[in-house]
Amino acid sequence: MSRDFLLEIGCEDIPGWMLPEAEASLRELLEKELGARGLLEKEPIQTYSTPRRLVACCARLAVVEPDRTSEVVGPPKSVAFSPDGKPTRAAESFAARQGVSVKALVTVETPKGEYIAAHSRQKGRPARDVLAEIIPGVVRGISFPRTMYWTSPEGLRFIRPIRWLLALFDGKVVRVKLGGLESGNTTRGHRLLSPAAVAVKSLEEYRRRLAKAFVVLDARERQRIIAREAERALKREGLRRRADIAQLEELANLTEHPAIVRGEFSTEFLSLPAEVLITVMRHHQKYIAVEDARGQLAPVFIAVLDLDGDASGEIRRGHETVLAARFRDAHFFWQADQKRSLAERVRLLDQVVFQAQLGSYAKKVNRVVTLTEWIARHLVWPQGRRADIEAAARAALLCKSDLTTEMVGEFPELQGIIGGLYARAQGEPEKVAQAIYEHYQPAAADASCPSTLEAAALALADKLDTIAACFGAGLAPTGSRDPFALRRAGTGVVRIVVEGGAALSLRAAVEQAVSGLVRGGLKVEDPVRLASEVLTFLEERARYVFRELRQHPFDEVNAVFAAGWDDLAEAAARLEAVRRLRPSKDFEPVAAAFKRIRNILEQAGNGQARAAGRANEELLEAGPERELFDRFVELRPRVAALRQAHKYEDALRLIASLRPQVDRFFDKVLVMAPDERVRENRLALLAQVLREFSTVADFSEIVVTPKG
Amino acid sequence: MKKPRAAKPSAPPKPALGLSFQDVILNLSRFWAERGCVLQQPYDIEVGAGTMAPETFFRVLGSEPYRVAYVQPSRRPADGRYGENPNRLYKHTQLQVILKPAPDDVQQVYLESLEALGIPLRRHDIRFYEDNWEAPTLGAWGIGWEVRLDGLEITQFTYFQQCGGLDLDPVSVELTYGLERIAAFLQKSPTVFDLNWGGGKTYGQMRLEEERQLSAYSFDQADTAICRKIFELSEQEARRLLGSYPKDAPTAARLKFPLLAAYEFCLKCSHLFNVLDARGAISTTERAALIGRIRTLACQAAALYLDQKSVEGARA
Repeated sequence: MSRDFLLEIGCEDIPGWMLPEAEASLRELLEKELGARGLLEKEPIQTYSTPRRLVACCARLAVVEPDRTSEVVGPPKSVAFSPDGKPTRAAESFAARQGVSVKALVTVETPKGEYIAAHSRQKGRPARDVLAEIIPGVVRGISFPRTMYWTSPEGLRFIRPIRWLLALFDGKVVRVKLGGLESGNTTRGHRLLSPAAVAVKSLEEYRRRLAKAFVVLDARERQRIIAREAERALKREGLRRRADIAQLEELANLTEHPAIVRGEFSTEFLSLPAEVLITVMRHHQKYIAVEDARGQLAPVFIAVLDLDGDASGEIRRGHETVLAARFRDAHFFWQADQKRSLAERVRLLDQVVFQAQLGSYAKKVNRVVTLTEWIARHLVWPQGRRADIEAAARAALLCKSDLTTEMVGEFPELQGIIGGLYARAQGEPEKVAQAIYEHYQPAAADASCPSTLEAAALALADKLDTIAACFGAGLAPTGSRDPFALRRAGTGVVRIVVEGGAALSLRAAVEQAVSGLVRGGLKVEDPVRLASEVLTFLEERARYVFRELRQHPFDEVNAVFAAGWDDLAEAAARLEAVRRLRPSKDFEPVAAAFKRIRNILEQAGNGQARAAGRANEELLEAGPERELFDRFVELRPRVAALRQAHKYEDALRLIASLRPQVDRFFDKVLVMAPDERVRENRLALLAQVLREFSTVADFSEIVVTPKG
Repeated sequence: MKKPRAAKPSAPPKPALGLSFQDVILNLSRFWAERGCVLQQPYDIEVGAGTMAPETFFRVLGSEPYRVAYVQPSRRPADGRYGENPNRLYKHTQLQVILKPAPDDVQQVYLESLEALGIPLRRHDIRFYEDNWEAPTLGAWGIGWEVRLDGLEITQFTYFQQCGGLDLDPVSVELTYGLERIAAFLQKSPTVFDLNWGGGKTYGQMRLEEERQLSAYSFDQADTAICRKIFELSEQEARRLLGSYPKDAPTAARLKFPLLAAYEFCLKCSHLFNVLDARGAISTTERAALIGRIRTLACQAAALYLDQKSVEGARA
């Protein structure tokens, strides 16, 4: 038998961006608790959320827990029963403690011998009792980035104050007490449109009455309404929303009953950069920006309401007034900022702290200029293209000047972008302006990388300098703490190089960054160790990028990295080759053979000397051993040539073609021969094969799928 | 596009559209008085926010229930624009409400206070957007929202968590209404200086001179060496006083200790810091250090306030 279950946590306004994770957390906790007690049947736990409520429900939950049998092991049989089979006092008192009769005791086999045990059967408790017991812990356990208390420090903590709790099972209230609240059977409608309490008896009734009370429970439905209404308001003029899924999700999570108003602003403001207008609309006012068919920003915006509409037009006028005032401010900042050029602002950076232990931005700019030049000089892009060193260095010099502007003071999220726009307005060369504009890219794991060579060089230099400087000052990320976003910077470095296919020695670049710190007068105790720490960090970021962002299996990443990762673009190409060749028939068997070779060499000990060994041709025995050697010698120069030509897939295919010889060798030849010279020679042969054929990828790192 | 125009101070107020500025104050004051708030007068020392007045800073400490509302002119020198920007002010006016402990229905009561201003809630978009407030010079912070009315931020709504570095028990709610913005909204006035203040005056007539002169002082004319010296002296005096608190003295001596005077010097530091900051005389490195020095004073004052309260309680 099963019945419906409903839990609604009624809150004051929860920040919208936290809702998806809170929902997931609530679902996981309930699944875990109810699953562990055998109450979940086929129906899943469903969750919903609005700013004012977190909801979990299940259409069918078992009415009682399944009965459980448990076994408690008591004393050894020899103690519990006398040799003639009569129960001793030990047996009697054990049985009494377990609440069973002596007759019901059973004998169980344990590793220590025969013991007696009591089997007891616990009747499953009613689901309602179980729910009452687990709900407080579930509510408390929902994870939020930050919580508060609203009565006293000893009181309940949650993201915002909980104001009601609806807990129903099978039509009746599940009695729960939580932080001074008692659960009930009432929910509440929309705060303004239907504020009265609403009693409900079932899941079905809850959904129905909430919909009537102006609450759209499902966030996806709210997104659809916003998208549909916006389209309706715009399409007659040939306009559309600027595509922005994240914003649509955010807006839907800020309202229980979405409606939209379409507002306008004066075309005069279109003389401000679109980036500024969009930031004001999107981040500061939570409006949807609108564009025309050509993608040009239109003097129109969409505001999402938590209401049923704007019949009088008053709300629209209010939003328009606020937006115009903010745009006027931005215009004021733009004009005020032009009084001093970016070049003149460089010296003001003395006063702007990069990081307390790391000095000013003026110092950082000095280091970044030098490092940018070095990178621009040494980074080789596909088709041998190279960055314009002079433009890249100029961009580096000016790239932080916008930190002293009013516009960035007001819109810190636009740093870099504002610098680029100002550089363009002040007549700096386009390459310089674009490099400044893009130098913080990629801003997120899924955001794009810089589009020009100069921007890429500057972005790399800026990030490498930040990482090295912070590591040098002991500010490396630990666990979940990464206050300087160094992981993001590291991921950015890897992505720029890999996605650009640019050849660069990471080690050399890091060493340059570290020596720049030393030259810049920062205290670096051990530059060599610092460089190696930064490289280890970047290696970890690179593994992350390849595994998580580029979806390479972990063993292939291990295999390729074992053959070197200093040039990441090159490592990426080798990874692609492994990915393509992996399904071929010889690949995994050869990988298995290489793994076997490595194991043999490890077991034979004296690893280092052997690893460098070479087989002595004269000691080879005719047959499989000789054949392996001959084939190896034949392939070796071809593999090396292919690797040299970056034809990694062909190289790997050739290595895999060694399979028949390797297989036969292991079939017929005893590596650990009694004759020491023969044995050593065989080990040397294997070491040589492993070493020279692991330059594209170390096959022995591949985890071979066991044959079924 | 034209530069924002300076408001003309001589223009007479237009026929009243919404409540006058002073009626906004009267309505909100009456509303909160009817809900058990003491109406206090503005504090007479320069503060950056109503939170800094002792009516908030000290009263939220300890366990004694308290409800108060007061208008607090608040100075933010860096926000001054010589009276030339229609919406930015050196000194704006807050109506500060403290409800201790936080009532369960506080959000609802707050919404009713907007109705008391003649704002029909069903015809406006009222939103509570996450905004966790923090006053680093006071060691105070809380969790809450900025309240937006048709996109306009009109109130900061905060569940106080800490003040003077101390956990608060019980929690107080702080409601800070931005009165100029509310009046501008009600009167549909695009610039604050054209607002009808009441009594036949515009906001500009009442305040424009002050905006011009105090902006000119803090942006252009403040002598940073002198201001710094006054800062140092004020800090010194606050520190001396706080350090002389007779911790182990009998009750009467402790209660006589001029804690409020020490706190006033701490507030002076805070204001001078803001003046120096607007003048561009504080480097970013120094900023954190100066804020830390003011916070130290504020936190000490908070701890001593509780000590005084405890002896007072013991005597009573």
